[in-house]
Amino acid sequence: MAAPFDKTLIVMPAFNEEASVAAVVREVADKLPGISVLVVDDGSSDATTRVAREAGALVATLPFNLGVGGAMRVGFRYAVEHGYENVVQIDSDGQHDPSSVPALLAELADADLVLGARFAGEGDYTVRGPRHWAMVVLASILSRSSRTRLTDTTSGYRASGPRAVSLFAEHYPAEYLGDTIEALVIASRSGLVIRQVPVSMRPRAGGVPSHDPFKAAAYLGRAGLALVFAFIRPPSTYRVGGTL
Amino acid sequence: MTAASYIFGILSAALILVVVIELLRRRHLRERHAVWWLIAGVLALIAGVFPSTLVWVSGLLGVEVPTNLVFFVGIAILFLVCLQHSSELTKLESKTRTLAERVALLELDHRERGARAENSDEG
Repeated sequence: MAAPFDKTLIVMPAFNEEASVAAVVREVADKLPGISVLVVDDGSSDATTRVAREAGALVATLPFNLGVGGAMRVGFRYAVEHGYENVVQIDSDGQHDPSSVPALLAELADADLVLGARFAGEGDYTVRGPRHWAMVVLASILSRSSRTRLTDTTSGYRASGPRAVSLFAEHYPAEYLGDTIEALVIASRSGLVIRQVPVSMRPRAGGVPSHDPFKAAAYLGRAGLALVFAFIRPPSTYRVGGTL
Repeated sequence: MTAASYIFGILSAALILVVVIELLRRRHLRERHAVWWLIAGVLALIAGVFPSTLVWVSGLLGVEVPTNLVFFVGIAILFLVCLQHSSELTKLESKTRTLAERVALLELDHRERGARAENSDEG
């Protein structure tokens, strides 16, 4: 299986990641020789842009912070404008292991959107408590809507094929949780085929996942709201070729 | 109602209309934002000049104290204007987002062209 690296763009949204972004860019170049890497600096106040550029990545710098959704839409637009067929999103904090990219790309052969799932057997990443329940509920609802079994719907490690890239280049949501949950709903409602591939995750380089029950409740509420509105939105708001 | 309060009501309504029309005239206010303010001004003027219309409409709607109808309509108009502003803000944010993304892409494109030009100069 020859992975089409020359038609694939790695997009790394980065917000104040000067400490880790260079290492991730070098690791990607090392493990996936010849692949193009676009770091989207999401309005960082630190040296993310300079550090990433010195590490050899293309860098698009947003004038202010837009969130992962805005950064990713820059990546999808760049891909469309420069003839890349596939886009793989990788976090710039080193949480995602680039050696899983060929597996994601292989699955794109008969899918439009492939999620790298954290709980599907590989790796030792765990989340407990209310946040975990929220993720389980989300996964079951989104699995039904996308007619495939998804276990980790908030994973930021995902590969998009040509149809998904052209859809997302115009309609990648920028709201909180829109980039993960709503993007999946938009994809499944647009008839894209979604698959999941197990990937191993490394613990985050800095910071620990929050176990504050109030934050977990707020997360659940916002996730629920994002999900409900994603489903009741008129399809005309994300038709490909439509005007924004 | 005294003559003073009668005149005060009419003057207040006229002032609203004058300010709104002046802002429109100088293009400091777009028509679609001015619509609710114009409606509010005209209603206030009608109620000011002919207080009996307020009593008549209140009776029609079953509102026992006509002043309460004034409060209700006033709050309803303010509510609609607020909602319209929130919606406009959302649209503006979405446009700003698109502009920011375009700027990032143009900047990158510009830089790549510069780098390529430099390379061809050296070669």
